Amino acid sequence: MGKTIAEKIFDAHVIDQPAEGMYVLRLDTVFCHEITTPMAVNDLIDRGCDRVFDRDRIKVVIDHVSPAKDSKTALQGKILRQWARRHHIRDFFDIGRNGICHALFPEQGFVRPGYTIIMGDSHTCTHGAFGAFAAGVGTTDTEVGILKGVCAFSRQRTIKIEIGGSLPAGVYAKDVILSVIGHIGVRGATDCVIEFCGPVVDGMSMEARMTLCNMAVEAGATSGICAPDQTTVDYLWPFIKDEFGSPAEALTAYRRWRPDADASYEKVIRHDVGNLQPLTTVGYKPDQVCPVSEMDVTPVDQVYIGSCTNGRIEDLRIAAAVVQGRTVHPNLRAIVSPATPGVYRQALSEGLIAIFMDAGFCVTNPTCGACLGMSNGVLAEGEACASTTNRNFNGRMGRGGMVHLMSPATAAATAIAGVITSADSKHI
Amino acid sequence: MKNFNGEALFLDRADINTDEIIPAKYLIEITKDALQPHLFEALRLEGFDPAQDIAGKRVVITRANFGCGSSREHAPWALETNGINVVIAESFARIFRQNMFNGGMLAIDLPAEQIDRLFACFGSAPAQVTTNFDAGRLQISGSGQSLEFEFEIGAFNRDLVKAGGWVAYADQKY
Repeated sequence: MGKTIAEKIFDAHVIDQPAEGMYVLRLDTVFCHEITTPMAVNDLIDRGCDRVFDRDRIKVVIDHVSPAKDSKTALQGKILRQWARRHHIRDFFDIGRNGICHALFPEQGFVRPGYTIIMGDSHTCTHGAFGAFAAGVGTTDTEVGILKGVCAFSRQRTIKIEIGGSLPAGVYAKDVILSVIGHIGVRGATDCVIEFCGPVVDGMSMEARMTLCNMAVEAGATSGICAPDQTTVDYLWPFIKDEFGSPAEALTAYRRWRPDADASYEKVIRHDVGNLQPLTTVGYKPDQVCPVSEMDVTPVDQVYIGSCTNGRIEDLRIAAAVVQGRTVHPNLRAIVSPATPGVYRQALSEGLIAIFMDAGFCVTNPTCGACLGMSNGVLAEGEACASTTNRNFNGRMGRGGMVHLMSPATAAATAIAGVITSADSKHI
Repeated sequence: MKNFNGEALFLDRADINTDEIIPAKYLIEITKDALQPHLFEALRLEGFDPAQDIAGKRVVITRANFGCGSSREHAPWALETNGINVVIAESFARIFRQNMFNGGMLAIDLPAEQIDRLFACFGSAPAQVTTNFDAGRLQISGSGQSLEFEFEIGAFNRDLVKAGGWVAYADQKY
């Protein structure tokens, strides 16, 4: 019997099976941020075992509230900073070099096909775009990961989702994943890995694949995952060129992490996107999706472009192309947060930041802030936000606020029109 | 092991997410105790008032996909600091379930029809839950009736509960 990508990665990393169907995996990397790691660090200190399993396999960033907004967030940063220094963790990204973990760590070349990765952050599934098994976990799993370099998982069933057809102009990876979640529901993939494949995925950039995998957890999945291919190798080449003689050699090596033709799946879903339209959400769950063309006139108070879902350079290019030469509607405020300093610099050099600023956007430093209602764009009671983020839970961006999830193109068009609008509308 | 017995809090909705269990704005805290006053503060549910209805409760009984959304272990901690160490639901989000067992707490799955029965029999009046962890049996009593259910927890998660959580277990074994 053949194997899925996740099964191959489990086989290569299992160090113990403590019970039927349970696998303790060796971890290639543990990612850490300032919201979920400090309490793990404090607990390790309390237990008298303030150690790290491998300082080079732990990558640390301050990203959720950056720079600190008050004394409490400053203390979280301080605990993380002191811990990273104490253990000589080289890859620690402090204010100034920091960006959103799920954009920064791939950009730094920390993810490889076949890796096992955990982080105390549910959107860790993003890194599956590289053919890795990457799972969000809690603080206790993070703590054990830091100390022992292991994590326990039950046997993962895999759902294969083949994205077929050809993506229409103006429709993006964000619309694809919203349509998938709308189709299978917020618990459609609980305790499963989603393997995304098919011609549309093959044609996607790494940025688009990260957008796709990022929201796998919104369908309950443990990890999204895409088979590594030439696109993966091309993205990683600057980081792996000393490891392989040529990109072709790397591709051959990474083929090991492609699924077998006779792999067995929990379910195979063929999801055609040939007629897909730009989508948005209309409730408090990410599976409550609706084509933008079918929305009633929906004014919003804020537009937010950024986050680990859609704050990468490709997203900013798409949004800037819509915004160029236009002005933010006077009834709303618009915010763009480049996800990393690298994205920010690139956007500056391409003139994208000027386009946003000329239009009246507020450009913030890289941070998660607004997405979870922490800082840099919190909503007031009764306000609505058109947002490129990943969660529309009640109160997510601020108590009493409504979040409409959408692509960067739709968010940009909405910023111009003042009401939820797709980029092909005559009204912008 | 922690206390797994006491009065039930019924939350009659599926997909209660971790933002509703403990809003993100409290993730800036670095002690579990600081979360205690804010459990279910953002949960909008007809007839539920967090200020009145949480005190004295020891077990949550709810519907499918409890704890979906964020990976924050602050959700189980907010329950724990309120004396609630057991959640009984039709199903759980993966990370939330593992966070419960990792902290030596219980996430118990019961089939939908048994959850329906619990809501029908006890949903509107006080009910006491008695958990026999070793035997895998639950007894729920109140309003002059009593129901018993069997439940299953995998061997690994049982060991975590007995060890007092994943850190103690892993430190001994790996």
